[in-house]
This record gives sequence, C-alpha cells and structure tokens, in this order.
Amino acid sequence: MSTAPSAADSRPPAAGGPDSEPAPPVWTRKHLLGLEDLSREEILAVLDTAESFSEISNRSRKKVPALQGRIVFNLFFENSTRTRTSFSLAAKRLSADVQDFSAQVSSLSKGETFIDTAKNIEAMGCDLMVVRHPTPGAPHLLSQHVSSSIINAGDGAHEHPTQGLLDLMTIRRAKGNVEGLTVALLGDIAHSRVARSNIWGLLKLGAKVILCGPPTLVPKAMERLGCEVAYRLEDVLPRCDVINVLRIQFERQQGGLFPSVGEYSQFYMMTQERVRKAKPDLLILAPGPINRGVELTPEVADGKHSAILNQVSNGLAVRMAVLYLLSGKMDAAPPVD
Amino acid sequence: MPTIQITGGRIIDPSQELDQIADLWIVDGRIADGPAAAADVVVDARGLIVAPGLIDVHVHLREPGQEDDETIATGAASALAGGVTSVACMPNTLPPIDTQATAEFVVLQGRRARQANVYPVGCVSKGRKGEELAGLGQLVAGGAVAFTDDGSPVSNAGLMRRALEYSKMFDLVIMQHCQVMELTVGGVMNEGFESMRLGLGGMPAAAEDIMVARDIRLAEITGGRLHIQHISTARAVELVREGKRRGIRVTAEACPHHFSLTDDRLRTFDSNFKMNPPLRTAEDVAAVIEGLKDGAIEILCTDHAPHAREKKMRELDQAPFGIVGLETLLPITVTHLIEPGHLSWIEALRKLTINAARLINIPKGTLKPGADADVTIIDPTTTWTVDPAQFRSKSRNTPYAGWEVRGRAHTVLVDGEIRHTLGGIVREVRSGGSPA
Ligand SMILES: [Zn+2]
Repeated sequence: MSTAPSAADSRPPAAGGPDSEPAPPVWTRKHLLGLEDLSREEILAVLDTAESFSEISNRSRKKVPALQGRIVFNLFFENSTRTRTSFSLAAKRLSADVQDFSAQVSSLSKGETFIDTAKNIEAMGCDLMVVRHPTPGAPHLLSQHVSSSIINAGDGAHEHPTQGLLDLMTIRRAKGNVEGLTVALLGDIAHSRVARSNIWGLLKLGAKVILCGPPTLVPKAMERLGCEVAYRLEDVLPRCDVINVLRIQFERQQGGLFPSVGEYSQFYMMTQERVRKAKPDLLILAPGPINRGVELTPEVADGKHSAILNQVSNGLAVRMAVLYLLSGKMDAAPPVD
Repeated sequence: MPTIQITGGRIIDPSQELDQIADLWIVDGRIADGPAAAADVVVDARGLIVAPGLIDVHVHLREPGQEDDETIATGAASALAGGVTSVACMPNTLPPIDTQATAEFVVLQGRRARQANVYPVGCVSKGRKGEELAGLGQLVAGGAVAFTDDGSPVSNAGLMRRALEYSKMFDLVIMQHCQVMELTVGGVMNEGFESMRLGLGGMPAAAEDIMVARDIRLAEITGGRLHIQHISTARAVELVREGKRRGIRVTAEACPHHFSLTDDRLRTFDSNFKMNPPLRTAEDVAAVIEGLKDGAIEILCTDHAPHAREKKMRELDQAPFGIVGLETLLPITVTHLIEPGHLSWIEALRKLTINAARLINIPKGTLKPGADADVTIIDPTTTWTVDPAQFRSKSRNTPYAGWEVRGRAHTVLVDGEIRHTLGGIVREVRSGGSPA
C-alpha cells in the first residue's frame, strides 16, 4: 500500500546537486507530533529541506506542484492567526487546497468531542490535519482515531515542533551551526510548548541549553533533561550565543506565579543594557506575538541582534518542508473518474 | 440449599492462619464444621486455592445517577468475575449517599442484583460539600459500614476532627481521600519530571503527604479510626508506619495501579493512565510495595472507577479520573506482589479478606465454621491476557488491556451459592439441589 517515494524522491525539487550523495532514508514518519520523538538526522532532514524551500520564496512564481490535489485542514481549537496563516501559505505554495476550521473547545463540549469533529472533517476528504489544541497530547490522541497525517501546531504546554524547527533553522542560518552554541531560553518555561520543542531540538543538535526565569516558571526538574537551570539572567548573559525570549503566557497563568509584570520585567526583560553585557554577536529570538515592554524593549525587538522577522520567513520554509516530507506518507489520493 | 463439598483444594484462610490441603464443606449457606452426610454438589479444587471471598473496600458503582458508567448490578457482577464477594461502594453518586434512604437504596439494589454483597459507605458531610456532618447515625441505620467524602477530601480540618470524634460512637472508620486541593488545581498527573516533560498540570506528592500527616494527628487527638484511601506516595506510607508505631488508630489501603504502574506511562497521553491520586514515580511504587510487605498498608483494594468510553476518549484534561479494577485486582496482585516474592499467598489474601472485613466491621473474610459461605476459588498458575471486551463491568477503562497476567478467580460462591465459575470443576452429584 505504500506509495512512499524512495529517499531520493523525498528530496524537494530544489535540493541537492547531481553529484551529491544519495541521502539516507531518514524521513519515514506519517505524523509530526513533536521534536522529542525525532532523531538528529530527522531534524536535519527537515532543516535541509526547508533551506531548499526558502529559495522558492525568492522566486517570482512562488508555487510548486508537490501537494497538488491534496487537502490540508487547519484544525484550530485555540486561536493563532500567525501560525495558521503560516501553515496556510506554506500549503498553498505547495499547491494544496487549504481549509480552515476553528472552534473553541468550550463550544464543542455540548456532546461532540474534538475527535468527532476531526472525523467529520476527514469524511469531507482530508489528507493532512494541522492541529492546534490547548491540551497536551490532543494531536497524539487524534492520530490514533483518524487516518490523515497530523502535524502538531501546538498542544497546550507540551510541544510546538514547527516553531522549534524554525528556531533551529534561524539559529543555524545566523551562526552556521547549532552544535557547541550556548542557547538560553528566557521566561516562562513551565507553560511553554515552544520551550519544550526547543529543548529537544537544541539538545539533539548539540547545543548547551540554559533555562532562565523565576523559579515558579522554570521547573528544576528540567535539569534532568540535560539543561542548566538559572534564575539570575545577569549570571548567564555573558555566556549566551543565543537568547530565545519566550512570551509570558498570561492566559495560562493560574495566578500568583510572579508578583507583577513590572517585577518580572525588572529582572528578565531584554534591554539594551542587558544586551551590552552579552557577547557582541548575540542572537535574539522571540516567538511571536511578543509583549513589547515586558519580555523585551522595542529597541531590542527591532535592533540588530533581533532575528524576529527571519523567524517568520523561516517558519514558512519549515512548514513547507514538513508538509512536503509528510505528503510522501499520506495515503494515495483516490482516483477520479 | 445444596450441600457443597470443595475437595482437594489448598485452603488458605488468613483469619485462622490456615494453609493446608483439605476439603471444605458448605451446608445451608454456611461453612460447615466437617463432612456432611452427602454432597449435592462437588467442586474439584485440586491444584487450586480455596480462600475466603475477597473483599474490596473501595469501589465506585455509579448508581444512582451515572448508570451509563456502571450500575450496582453490573459492578457487583464485575466484582464476582474478579473473585470479589463483597464490595464497599463509595457515596459520590448523584445524589450522594448522605441519608438513610439513599444508603437503603444501595442495600436494596445490591440484594436485587444477587451478585457480590454490596455495602454502602456513607458521606462524611451533607451533600459531600465538606461543610457540615452528614447524619452519620442515620446512615448506619441505613446500612452504611464506613464514612467518606471520597472523590474529594474532607478539606476542612475542623470538620474532619468532628467526624473522627463523632464516628467513635459507632466505632466505624472515616476513610479519607488525602489531598490538599490548593496544591492540585489543574493537575492531571503526578507533578515531577514527567509532567514537566509533557507540559501537563501536576499534582505534587506533598498534596497527599500533608493531608495524611494532618489527619493522623487528628486521629491521635480524637481517638477516632482513620483510614487512608489509595495511598500512593513514599512519604505517606512512612507517615502511616510512624502513626501506627505511636499507637494511633490509622490504617491504609493500596490499589494495584499504585504498585504496578509509574507516571511515565502518561507519555502515551492515554487517559486510562489518568487517575487520582495519580500514578507516581518508581520510588513511590517501591515504597508502597515496602509498606505492603511490612504491614504499614494492610489492605488491598481497587478504587474501581468505571467511566463510559466516550468520557474517557477525551483530551487528557477533559477525561475523568479513574480506572476499572475489579477484574484485574487478583491477577495484578499475583503478578506484581506474589510472583516477585514481595508477599506470600497468605499475606496477600489477608489484605484482601480478613483485614478488609475488620476495617468495615462486616462478619466476612473467614472460612471459620458457621461463617457465611463466601468462597473464592483461585487458579494461581493460569496465564491469561486481559481483554477489556470480556469485562462484566459496563466500562472498559483499564490500563492493563493486553497485559499477560497470572492467576485468576475460577469459581466464586456467595452465601453458599455458586455465582460465578469459569466452568469445568463443578459437578452436581445429587438431584434435588440446584447449583446456580
Ligand atoms: Zn479517592
């Protein structure tokens, strides 16, 4: 039944010269649920594929036929215009048909489960579901009940793999390599899916990871993953090659995890003054949407160290790469009479 | 009633420190002193263990109110299939069991079902609201054998103190679901490394430990009987051990999932691993087993918590807590406590029979002559695969689906009546009597 292309077929149109060695068959997955499951080779395969797709964005005609005839559904049980738009655009550039479905989980609770919703959508014809959900594991659960390929576009505080991948791509592009770098994740680690995907990705690619923030937002247990946990930003600043400034998830706070926004900013906001204490080539990432004046000052957000806009364009390339790689693992489209 | 002869079995009765191959005679629904004139029914128990009927002091039967999950009849049938002849059912039903009438309803439904014996546990507080004492005396009149607000703890220390004091007049036990709720808000699993990895809300072990410590102290100052339900943390086990050493009237129970599973199982995001108290760490599991070995924990039970499939088939934070347990209690005990050598058969059966009977003051859990003939005949060596589709419970929410396990209840008698058997060992020798 497998219509999976060989490893060589898996390469995107623009990848590899004629004299390059055949790539090992690294991509065999039907779903992208998280970076924890992925091997270093699989992560690199996505990043390399994304590099070749980023070239397409610079063409005048920004479309390739890779997903022609495929239907991609964005199933968003939580609002995120940015991520949804990025996935939609990525799918359209691969010539897929894209359909959005948004619902608040609360409106589903009148009997219909989100699994029912997904099954209904699948019955309309769907090859790939991009799923954003407030509960950890919801995409994993869905992957057991539908036959579409699932991309986790953020499941609660668990993972956001494409964000992790685009952060890795951004770091790799700016620094040439990820291995050996010291990367700090700053802020609300406890409630951040971006942090979890970043941690797995960075560790697998050989970076040193420092988690920094107030103890109520930075679980000590994370040390067991092989990260350093630090509470004082000043102490770690001089060692960092990259600082990934995470958003304070006001909507996820159960309250009382830090005394006030003002106090948080006093200790953890990236300011020009703090940037000056770091290495001269410090790279600052911030997965949007950012709270200017809370996690970082406007000058830093728009300054020369900031890679925020690169992240957005790399996000598009990474999502094209993921859609492309998974498309080889979808069931074949039924023949049309 | 037919006279029954159970022949050639290994009789293990912890209430008499008995472990020997012998025949057991049942006359008029009671254990007989010796051979009767002639048996109407002969049960060939060679190679099998003949034990007092197992008693589960912690089950949820969902009736009244949530009959789509379980009814008293299906729950009691599930008990029998697991070798359990008596169950004490928790009062967190809709409405809760907080009056004489509701307790009597449970007793009546249990009698009608004619499966395992069903004993209601009454609420500690009116409406399980944790504000004022329920009518404990009236509940006793209605058949209640203990009190608990299980499903949630009695959070108010003043109310808990009064409950422990007041219940002394009946010498009945207050069962407590130990949890400081302020520490578990939003929690779906144990708080620790695994919850951090998964981004799931955690329930710290300390939430249990603190309540256990508080209540042991309250039992000490009141002289009341405190029973710690579904103990799950290393520190809580230590606290109970310490309390006993100081002569405080505290007992504890443990469930199979807390000595056979750890919190890393949640990596599958399968709601069949979501229970409350949650699955803990390997260290906690080791401590629970240690507590079972040294007697700090004297009771094994299930916290049988049936939920219909559509309720469990939800996102992890939406799915309800709890798993069914009656039909896997015995095999998981055999596979995880007896076979590895943590407990002998007689030690394990003590926690499943006489200790449980004494906790809830019922005249069961023994094969002494004259006792009600509740008997569980166990095949100790059979190996089988847990298949939830075969469960007698209405619900299928088990974490043990597909597990290969050892040991199974083969034939079960209640009041001298064969109410469950896998077949093949029961033989009618005289017409007239009619085995079930
Ligand atoms: Zn409980």
